Amino acid sequence: MAALAIDRMLDAGARPKEDDATNAKDILGLNVQRFALAPTPDPAQFSKDNFGVGYGTDNHQKVQFAKGTTTLAFKFDGGVIISVDSRSTMGPYIASQTVKKVIEINPFLLGTMAGGAADCAFWERNLGTQCRMFELRNKRRVSVAAASKMLANTMYQYRGRGLSMGTMVCGWDESGPQLYYVDDDGTRLKGDAFCVGSGSTYAYGVIDSHLRADLTVEEAIDLGRRAIAGAAHRDAYSGGWNNLYHMKETGWEFIGAVDTNDLYYEHVHPSHIPAPPPKPTPSNVPR
Amino acid sequence: MSILQHNGAAIICMAGKNCVAIAADTRFGLQQQTVACDFEKVFKMSDRMFVGLAGLATDVQTLRNTLKFKLALYELREERVMKPEAFSALLSHMLYEKRFGPYFVEPVVCGLKDDGSPFLCGMDLIGAPVYTDDYVVSGTCTPNLNGMCESMWRPDMAPDELFETISQCLLASVDRDALSGWGAVVHVITPQGITSKSLKGRMD
Repeated sequence: MAALAIDRMLDAGARPKEDDATNAKDILGLNVQRFALAPTPDPAQFSKDNFGVGYGTDNHQKVQFAKGTTTLAFKFDGGVIISVDSRSTMGPYIASQTVKKVIEINPFLLGTMAGGAADCAFWERNLGTQCRMFELRNKRRVSVAAASKMLANTMYQYRGRGLSMGTMVCGWDESGPQLYYVDDDGTRLKGDAFCVGSGSTYAYGVIDSHLRADLTVEEAIDLGRRAIAGAAHRDAYSGGWNNLYHMKETGWEFIGAVDTNDLYYEHVHPSHIPAPPPKPTPSNVPR
Repeated sequence: MSILQHNGAAIICMAGKNCVAIAADTRFGLQQQTVACDFEKVFKMSDRMFVGLAGLATDVQTLRNTLKFKLALYELREERVMKPEAFSALLSHMLYEKRFGPYFVEPVVCGLKDDGSPFLCGMDLIGAPVYTDDYVVSGTCTPNLNGMCESMWRPDMAPDELFETISQCLLASVDRDALSGWGAVVHVITPQGITSKSLKGRMD
């Protein structure tokens, strides 16, 4: 019964049970079986029109969600490096410089957060629950392929409803280090390097120029930091702190948080001196 | 997004005791892409007057050129320097001339009047002037700038204190705005002369 309830949790088609216990739980919001949809003829279109999260595509909306990101992850011989910024913006306003964009699903699984902050946080926490249920039922750790597919399936179920999520599911399972990209339209890709978010193009520039499989762990960490530093500098919607994780055979390790402004002076323009104040234009005042 | 926010800017003018200061960030961006970190948006108009132009970069430069030209012509014809009061009226008229196809610029003017007391003026893109005696702000993070100035400004600051206050107000404000920052310049005008400094700001 409990397992059934959880299996059906968030299933759009599932009907609440008619018994009193379930009804009581429903009223308390403890047994959410589906989300309330907008009372319009086409709720999916309504969501798309009013609750979208996109760069430059949601300006007409009366509500704006927190967004703006650079996240990247890449595989190398020593595992996976996961490196992200920490800025959250609502329009041009910087809502926070200290967002945790790496979600620790379990000791062997990490998810990154790009797009709608609420969508990522909610669905990756939901993925954590699903993974734990898998472990309890099957008495073994879930593979990254399976975990990422659970998330992709959830996203596919809600396709067209205006969810915004671009995530990398990273982990280490029986077959070694793993990296998958999953997004809100149900795309699921396996790969060696991904960058996601408004600053992703800048990060790709750095990663593509310097990524090699035989990087040492120190070199790989440095590359992860440099890519975020470059993106934080050029992309207005990325910045704050760089959080960096290393996925190893023994699980993930948090390497540390570094201010992206310090990274700029260290890596992007090591010899940067503020430009001298502009020379006052030659005075047109007769002396 | 408004065309006024296309390139990003943050400008403050602040009054002290017989001195005024103007500070501006140095970012030039195209929406979220930061293209340059050394863009000028405040301009010296005379030995006792600056204008700050926040808004669309192309109009900032056009307006700067036109203003310099008109000022030079005025000085040749009148054989005297234009007062900040007159300059503001001129600028206001220039903007309203383009009422139905405006320059996308919200200017601020600061200077010292003949008696050495501060003059501050801000206006919208079609030239509605607002005269103040404490501070005036313009750009993409005016809520931040107003909040900072409101809490930090006090009357009769000396030039050194004015410099410190205006700098901290600007730096704190742009750290909460995605479209401005990446360095700053500050000019302090006193009857003795102008001091110009550039500030090291956050580069993200």
